[in-house]
Formats: sequence, C-alpha cells, structure tokens
Amino acid sequence: MFLNILQIAIIILIIGFGLVIPIGKYLVKIFTDEKDTVFERITYNVLRVDSTEQMTWQRYSQAILFSNLFLVLVFYAALRLQLSLPLNPDHLSPAPSPDLSFNAAISFVTNTDWQSYGGETTLSYFNQMIMITSLMFTSAATGLAGGVAVIRGLSQNGVNNLGNFWVDLTRGIYRIFLPLSLVLALVYVWQGMPQTLDPAAVATTLEGATQTIARGPVASLESIKQIGTNGGGFFNQNSAHPFENPTALTNALEIISMLLIVPALTYTFGKITKAPRQGWVFFGVFAALFIGFLVIILPAEQIGNPLFTSLGIDQSITSEQSGGNFEGKEVRFGIAQTSLFVTATTAATTGSVDAMHDSLTPMGGFAALSEMLLNVVFGGKGVGLITLIMYAAVTVFLVGLMVGRTPEFLNKKIEAKEVKLVSLALLAHPFLILIGTGLALIWPKALDSLNNPDAHGFSELFYAFTSATANNGSAFAGINANTVFYNSILGIAIIYGRFMAPLLPMLAVAGSLAIKSRVPKTTGTMSTNTVFFSVLLLAAILIVGGLTFFPALALGPIAEQFELAAGKTF
Amino acid sequence: MTVQSRSSLISLIVPAITTAIWFIILCGLIYPLVVTVVANVIFPYQAHGSLIVGSNNKVIGSELIGQNFVAPKYFHPRPSATTKTGTTDKADPYNAAQSGASNYGPTNKKLIDGVKAAVDAYRKENGLAANVLVPVDAVTASASGLDPDITIANANLQASRVAKARNLSLSDVQNLIAQNTQGRQFGFLGEPRVNVLKLNLALDRGKS
Repeated sequence: MFLNILQIAIIILIIGFGLVIPIGKYLVKIFTDEKDTVFERITYNVLRVDSTEQMTWQRYSQAILFSNLFLVLVFYAALRLQLSLPLNPDHLSPAPSPDLSFNAAISFVTNTDWQSYGGETTLSYFNQMIMITSLMFTSAATGLAGGVAVIRGLSQNGVNNLGNFWVDLTRGIYRIFLPLSLVLALVYVWQGMPQTLDPAAVATTLEGATQTIARGPVASLESIKQIGTNGGGFFNQNSAHPFENPTALTNALEIISMLLIVPALTYTFGKITKAPRQGWVFFGVFAALFIGFLVIILPAEQIGNPLFTSLGIDQSITSEQSGGNFEGKEVRFGIAQTSLFVTATTAATTGSVDAMHDSLTPMGGFAALSEMLLNVVFGGKGVGLITLIMYAAVTVFLVGLMVGRTPEFLNKKIEAKEVKLVSLALLAHPFLILIGTGLALIWPKALDSLNNPDAHGFSELFYAFTSATANNGSAFAGINANTVFYNSILGIAIIYGRFMAPLLPMLAVAGSLAIKSRVPKTTGTMSTNTVFFSVLLLAAILIVGGLTFFPALALGPIAEQFELAAGKTF
Repeated sequence: MTVQSRSSLISLIVPAITTAIWFIILCGLIYPLVVTVVANVIFPYQAHGSLIVGSNNKVIGSELIGQNFVAPKYFHPRPSATTKTGTTDKADPYNAAQSGASNYGPTNKKLIDGVKAAVDAYRKENGLAANVLVPVDAVTASASGLDPDITIANANLQASRVAKARNLSLSDVQNLIAQNTQGRQFGFLGEPRVNVLKLNLALDRGKS
C-alpha cells in the first residue's frame, strides 16, 4: 500500500512541481520569440508561408479549418487506397470501409483518436507510420496553437491579433513535439517497444503451437501519441499491449508525457497575460479536480469486485500480488499505476488506455466518464485551458449577476456578446453527448453493438458519445462501433466537439476581448486571482457540468454501483 | 499597428497544403525512419520485438508477449480473451496477431460465470483445498490478452503441480520462481512479477 501511494506521489510531484515552471517558461519563449530559427525561415520560404502576417481570430480560425480539411482528405484517401500503397508487409486487407475511413480521418486530425478498428489487424505500416504518426504531430500542434492564440487574444489591448497559425504550428512541432518524441521513442525502444518495418514474427511456442506476433514501427508512434495527448493505439489493446507499454517505467513516462504540456500551459497563460496569479489559480483548479478523481478511482479499483469474494478469490493487496479489480488489467502495472493512468488519460483527453475501462468498477468508470464530461481536468492540448477560461467567464458572469458587479476578466469587460459565445460553447458539449446517446438508444439495431447488458450497457453507449465529443478517444471498448451508424454519428460528434465546444467560439471570445481596451481596476471589480474565486470556479464547474449530466450518470454507473452492492448480475 | 485581415481565403489554401505535405514527410517518414535506424543500431534486440531464439535458430516467442501453456509441467499464464484473427467469437488464447480483452463489466453474468469456472479449474489442476483463496490474476483475463506475467502468489500456488509433473523437488521449483521474479522497477515502480515464458524456459533448460 505504501509503495502504491509513493509511486503515485512521485509521478505527480514530478509533473506538478518539477515540470510546470520549466516547461511553462519554455512555452512562453517559443510562442513570444520574435526571431525564427534558420530552419524555420527556410521552412516558411519553401512552403510559401507568410510568417509575418498577424491574424485576426476569424483568419486564425480559417487557417485551422483549411489545414485540417486538407489533412482529412489526404488521410481518407490513404485509408481507402491502402491496398495500392506500399509498406503493408502483412498484406492486411481489405482497405478500411468508407464509413470507417471517414471516422478515422476525422478522429486523428482532431486529436481525438477514437478507433473503431483494431490497429494490428486493419492498418498497414504506411497508414500507421506515415499518416497516423504525422497526424499526431499536426493535431497536437494545432490544439496547442489554438490555446496559445486564445491566450494572446486575452493579452491584447485593443488589437484583434491572435498571432500566426502557421508559425505557431511549425514552432510547436520543431521546438517541442519533434525533439521530445525523438528522445522518448529511443527510451521506449530501450525498454522493449519494437521499432521495425519487418512483418509480424512467427514463433513456435514451447508447446509447439504457432504464434504470430504483430509488431511494427511502434515506438515512434507511441512517444508522440502520449506527448501530443492523441491516444490512438498501434495495437487494438493500446497501451495495455506489452509492445506498446512494456514496463512500469514506460507506463510512468506515458503518464508524465500526457501531463507535460497542459498543466504548464497555465504558467504560460499567466506569463503572457501578465497575470501570473491567475495562472496559478487555474493550475490549482485543474489539480484539485485531478486529485479528486484519482481519489475516487484508486480505492474503487483496489477494493475490487464484491461479487468475486464469495467465489473464493483473493483480491487483497499483499507483497505477492497487487490484488484489486483485475479483469482487464495487466500484472506489471498493478492497481496503482493503472488508476493513475486512467485518471490521467481521461483528464488530458488522451484516450490511450493501459487497462480496459469497460471492466472498471462502477465508481472507477464514473470518475473516468465525469472527467470527460467536465472536460476541464487539465484537458487536451490547449483545449483544456480554453474550456477552463470559458468556465471562468461563466463564473464571473454568474457571480457578477448575483452581487451586481460588472463582470470583468483580466481587466476586460465581459459583455453580452462574449456571454452568448461562451454559452454556445458550454451548451454544445452536452447537446451532442445527450442527443447522440438518446438517438442510439432508439436507432434500429444500434443496441446490438453493446457487449454488456443493463446499466453497464447504457454506460458503454454514453461513454462512446462522451469520448467522441470530448475528443478523448478512449472507450468502454466492448461496444462494436465499427458500423455505418456509429462511425458516421461519432464522426460528426468528433468534428462538432472539436470546433464548437469550445475551439471556434472561444477563439471568437478571444478576438472580441482582444479588441477591447483594458479597464482600470475599481473597488467594484471582483478579483479573479484569489482562492475565493478558485472555489467559485470549482463550484461553477461542478454545478453546471455536474447537473447537466447527472441524470445520465444515474442511469449508468450510479445505477450499476447499486446493482453491484445488491449482488445482482445481468 | 495594422493588422491584415482582408487577405482572401485563397492565400490560406497554399500554406494549408504545403504545410500538410511537409509535416507528413517530416513527422511520418523522416522521423520514424531516423528512430528505426538508430534503434536498430543501439537496441537491435528490443527493436525487433525482444524475440527469444531457441537452439535450432527458431523463434520461440517474445519475452514481452505471453503464450499459451496447458501442459501440467509448465506454469500457466493468466486467462486470455483473444480470439481468432478476423473473428470476435472464436476463442484463441494468446493470439498475438489480434490483441483483445473480455470487456465485461463487473456485473456481467458472463464474467462471474467465467471466473467461477476458472476458480474451480485452477483449484482442481493445482490440487488446492476448497478453502484456499485463488489469486485474482489467475482467474481474470488481462487487458491485452497477452500479459506475459503472473503474480508471485499465482506462481507459488502452481509450483507443486509443476514439481510433481517434472519429478523435481518443490524447493528447486521455488528457487526457479525466485530467480525469475522481477522486482519493482528501480525498487518502487509497478509490481513484482514472474515472466511465465522465461520461467518455463528455465525449467526446460534445467531438465536437459
């Protein structure tokens, strides 16, 4: 038990205290640097990018949309043409269907990485390496650029200038994602991850059976998969597969990678907007939510499945076993490393899994779901911070109404236009999750895809729509989502979740606030950089987010918890 | 300060295309190939999948990927929910070409019934009394379906069966378990574990 707490504490302390300030400072430098490196200058010249252009929020958004649209088209084509393209040594066929290709193309371009296929049985090395690996870079850098653009907008005083998308994209890849991924990939290979273009290995086991062992260029995908909070696995079982996560060290590094940039972005935010305390308030709110959910998941998984007790199974923690709810978990990670991974992957919207979320205890599943429903427990690259800023605007507006103070944030007046945009972003998220889940419940044959009956089956469905809309990508993976219905509707949920909740509305808010001049602080101004405001913000998140989804949660994991306690099976 | 905002949309299309193509080449081709070349030079064993090669130069398996064992003289791995490649209902444990899990929720009757059957089978095969508790990893399917490890508790309970099948003393087998137990990484990360394939290889080697 002691070692369980210790290893979790060490990893969290490395992230929270070791990395936030250095990475945060580095991000400030990258995104405020006036000078391009030589390599960047050459890139802009060759690619015919005007790196001096300063973009309004409209233009910045258009640049993101055009860039993503083109990437979707290219990836869709590469998937459909898989059989005509090289690097398919295992001769995987047929090529992904049109609906699957539509879903996958959108999913990877938007950093969601929802997968309704199994990697090692579906995709050629061409698609795994050239397409998916590169999309993991561009999607992560796009999200980060969006976050930085919003921060810039908030820091402007009367100018609609969010920066230059092409420059932000290029710098993110050149100065963070590529060098970090290169180093980590080699560490991963050292620990046992394969990195080869050879086809699957064929072994003759000790008992004389033939075992085909799928492998490939795994490490180079895995490092950016985690750093970029992408989460799409090379293999069907993602980071639970021993080739995608061979040791406890790789598991710890994968957790740290997911939480490398987003927490640090709060520091970057504080620096660039010249409101460092505001940055720490945001960090504190993120961290409080994270620890809160971890404290739900860890004990729930450690206690295990009460239905196993009467079967004569030992689920206790001893020096010889980690015990706990062990269906769908791996021995090398045990309960502590698994619980931390579950908390981190649903927080950072990575969506990679080192255990099967479908087999989590009801409360473990509840916490994983809730993190994605709130979407502000650190959140994905850039988008998490944007969502928190959105909640901050909601909070100043609500509190402003209650006590009759002018809603202001960072010395800017929050007026009708901003509140409307914020409401749009706020409502977009639950709208698609709840409508989508409801639609699937009544759609002919849609429920045939479920792997579990009763309340848990509902959770499978609810989780799928939550994960897609929150751009997370993890799953209660028993659900068979590779049908025309799910591929199409979840694909739409992903696009909508990426751009409407909250990226485009919040870029608009940032643009709108950028044009406004700062107002001087008066006695009527409510401070937003205090502990008191942190509590208000937390309350707003839990009340607004929580109440929206409580009925659905009650039908899923909460009902299941009562069923489990009553000893019922289905 | 002037801000250009009126430039036409066309001026965004060229960089959208050129940046996409460049980053696909750089991050999808150059970067993975650099990693492949360097990895194959400094870590050739791991880069190819940590394959264990037998005396006849044939690949026996990967030390990271579990394989199925049913004979009493071998230690048995955890249950695996993988299925035959291309199917989802034909059981094929430890199919390393298609990883998979049960994905059963904790109240699913199929999970409880399966685990119950596994407990009975485990007790019978290892000659355990009805009051001996069975370690949870021995009766639950792993997340990958390819878990190469079992817990020490699980290995210890299988030791006497293996010893009997091989005419070895119990302490010899227990020594082998101890030798093939990996502790927590750096003393604190992860869990102690026993690699089933390596342990069984050690048993076979001791025999010859």
